[in-house]
Amino acid sequence: MLKTTNILIVGVGGQGVILASELLSEAAMTAGMDVKKSEVHGMAQRGGVVSCHVRFGEKVYSPLIPRGEADVALAFEAAEGMRWGNHVKEGGMLVVNTQQIIPTIAFTKEYDYPEDPIGELGGFKCRVVPIDGMGIATELGNAKAVNTILLGAISGDLPISSEIWEKVIRRRVPRGTEELNLKAFNKGAEIVKNATNLTVK
Amino acid sequence: MAKTQKLPEIKEPTRMLMSGNEAIALGAREAGVYFATAYPGTPSTEILETFSRLPGIIAQWAPNEKVAFETGIGAALAGARTMVCMKHVGVNVAMDPLMTFAYTGTIAGFVLVCADDPEMHSSQNEQDNRILARFAKIPMLEPSDSSEAHDFFKLAIEISEQYATPIMLHITTRISHAKGIVELQPWIEPQVSGFEKNPERFVMVPQYAKLRHHEVESRLKELLKYSENSPLNRIESGEGNVGIVTGGVSYQHVREVMPNAPVYKIGMSNPMPIESIRKFADSVEKLIVVEELEPYYEEQIKAAGIKCEGKGNFSLEGELNPERVAEGLARAGVIKAQQKTSVPVQIDVLPRPPVLCSGCPHRTVFNALKKLKADVFGDIGCYTLGALKPLNALHACICMGASIGMASGVQLVKGSNKPVVGVIGDSTFLHSGITGLLGMVYNQAPVTIIILDNRATAMTGGQQHPGTGTTLQGEPAPAVDLVELVKATGIKNVKPIEAWDLDNVLKVIKETTESGEPSVIITQHECMLYPKKVKPHPYQVELDICNGCGACIRIGCPSIMTIDETTEKGLHKVTIDPETCTGCELCVSVCPLEGCIVEMSESLTENV
Repeated sequence: MLKTTNILIVGVGGQGVILASELLSEAAMTAGMDVKKSEVHGMAQRGGVVSCHVRFGEKVYSPLIPRGEADVALAFEAAEGMRWGNHVKEGGMLVVNTQQIIPTIAFTKEYDYPEDPIGELGGFKCRVVPIDGMGIATELGNAKAVNTILLGAISGDLPISSEIWEKVIRRRVPRGTEELNLKAFNKGAEIVKNATNLTVK
Repeated sequence: MAKTQKLPEIKEPTRMLMSGNEAIALGAREAGVYFATAYPGTPSTEILETFSRLPGIIAQWAPNEKVAFETGIGAALAGARTMVCMKHVGVNVAMDPLMTFAYTGTIAGFVLVCADDPEMHSSQNEQDNRILARFAKIPMLEPSDSSEAHDFFKLAIEISEQYATPIMLHITTRISHAKGIVELQPWIEPQVSGFEKNPERFVMVPQYAKLRHHEVESRLKELLKYSENSPLNRIESGEGNVGIVTGGVSYQHVREVMPNAPVYKIGMSNPMPIESIRKFADSVEKLIVVEELEPYYEEQIKAAGIKCEGKGNFSLEGELNPERVAEGLARAGVIKAQQKTSVPVQIDVLPRPPVLCSGCPHRTVFNALKKLKADVFGDIGCYTLGALKPLNALHACICMGASIGMASGVQLVKGSNKPVVGVIGDSTFLHSGITGLLGMVYNQAPVTIIILDNRATAMTGGQQHPGTGTTLQGEPAPAVDLVELVKATGIKNVKPIEAWDLDNVLKVIKETTESGEPSVIITQHECMLYPKKVKPHPYQVELDICNGCGACIRIGCPSIMTIDETTEKGLHKVTIDPETCTGCELCVSVCPLEGCIVEMSESLTENV
């Protein structure tokens, strides 16, 4: 039996984490695989952490990825990369958006937002790829494309063809933004492909 | 929620990726359910929301779970297939009709969908409601993923009608909010056969209820035979001589950890298929029970004299996942403890607790209560977040509607020398606050109740309720007048005020708490997210005036941030995020400096 692929997508409420996980799950299903997806979003609208587990393969049982067994983690926010990096297996990949969303709690005396969250990621035993999603999206002319840029960034090693990705993106993104989102997706894929030697520290 | 769009009819078998909640809604439509009702509650909310988008059915929000359940009884006795959905603690509210509806039994299929929340992702407790199905003496099915949630719902309707009993479909957060592939089938047209009088069956006075109790016990014996022989409960043979009994989402975790072990998979867990489990137990050397929270299976298996191990190896707290199942099975000596080649790297990073939104009208009230050092009794909703830092202005929260009773109790025993206040949202007040208020007035408890009226059931996604003036589908509906309702309970001192006006909120709370009479303040301001996300109306900080005192930071607004720039004393100045600031002016009210926080000039807001 084929091994199950485990993808963890995390971020902060309102960033589009759930939509990204939907696109990925649908692409995997369209590719003929069994898919399970689990999310915690009860407090998402209130600035809390959102996490989605996406698993696909020949037959998927649990909707949850065992800790330390994610093949890829995609963090939409820099400090969330720090929180979730240890869910990635050795030799896996952590793609992290360099955007920082500083919670209100960081302005109280007890907590500080990390000085250099991306720099902290070097300790994880996986490949770490930081991406300036917001910067690239702005270059492409729409800040809302961060989502698809990041999704493109993790698409490289997945058993999902570019035709399927295109089909799913066209079907799911708002009308009129199809070309922009496809461009964003390809841009994300390209960056990671060319970033083989990108390590932190 | 705005007017909802209808979903297209399913005319031929279709494969779709769906959450358990969506799968149940579609399963209900396929099963010919005509009437569905609920009160919102995580993780169950999306079942009714999805069902409401299907054509040819009736879907309604009820003021609370008890009313939902009772309305559902009426629909089912009138011969319409019925679904009632609620979260685990909602069943506590509906327990009264549930216990006796089991006696009368139903005419058309009646499914109670109960969504538990092990791990308390968004709940005040993690009670295991499987026990309640057994207590109520109704059958219970436990699906283990979306596909089964869909299929089991349809079977639940069949069982309900075959045995004339209400039935519980028991799910958990990881069924509700996990997605999987579901095979959808064409729909059938719902029917309503009409109510027929039958007092001996439907009027539960002692002489009739005794007969019906006897019927319940006979029905359970028949249901036991069904359970023993149903394919819902099945043996999956495998390798090795340790057998595992499991059900619900735990089955999936077990299969993840031990794909080839012999497993007894429970799909119908009341009545428990004990003899069938006994056969399975005889075929293995050791029997392990894996289930979340309570030892529900384990106790019944042990009571039948079957040797097994269960909670000795697994926690009574929290949800299970593959890791926790593996740890438990290792403790039971079934698998080897996982060899950790190296200690996983763990980086400490600050928590990200949920906060009240920018401009949230509740924030003003909590800042006022904090200033008055009041003892505050809270309730269930977004405003429970008032308990967290930096507000720390809510000091007890138990369940829906409890704020009013708790605050009354404190005052009746003269248990506080501070202002005593109860805070409750509009939806929660209508759910179960009204009776608390009646008690408070009747017994003259000198309490100030603040109804935080933001015109939405905000925490669960902004659902409509009897005070919003619209239905679940966004159609116009009569809206209750909260002021008149409160007056009708006997409260003489009712003050509806604007929630954003801190000075007045402070003044009115002070006056009413000092008045020594039962009073109600209704703070009014629409939610920032529902029915529509409020557009930014940004304010800005004049950095040459800001002295870094931090007064605005302490109101806990997510739009206000400290910056690197410091004052001569080394205090950090602040800035306001123009993309999220709503212009509520609470920060202006607490800022000690004139002209420090001002409305952003139009030329600057153009780009926002």
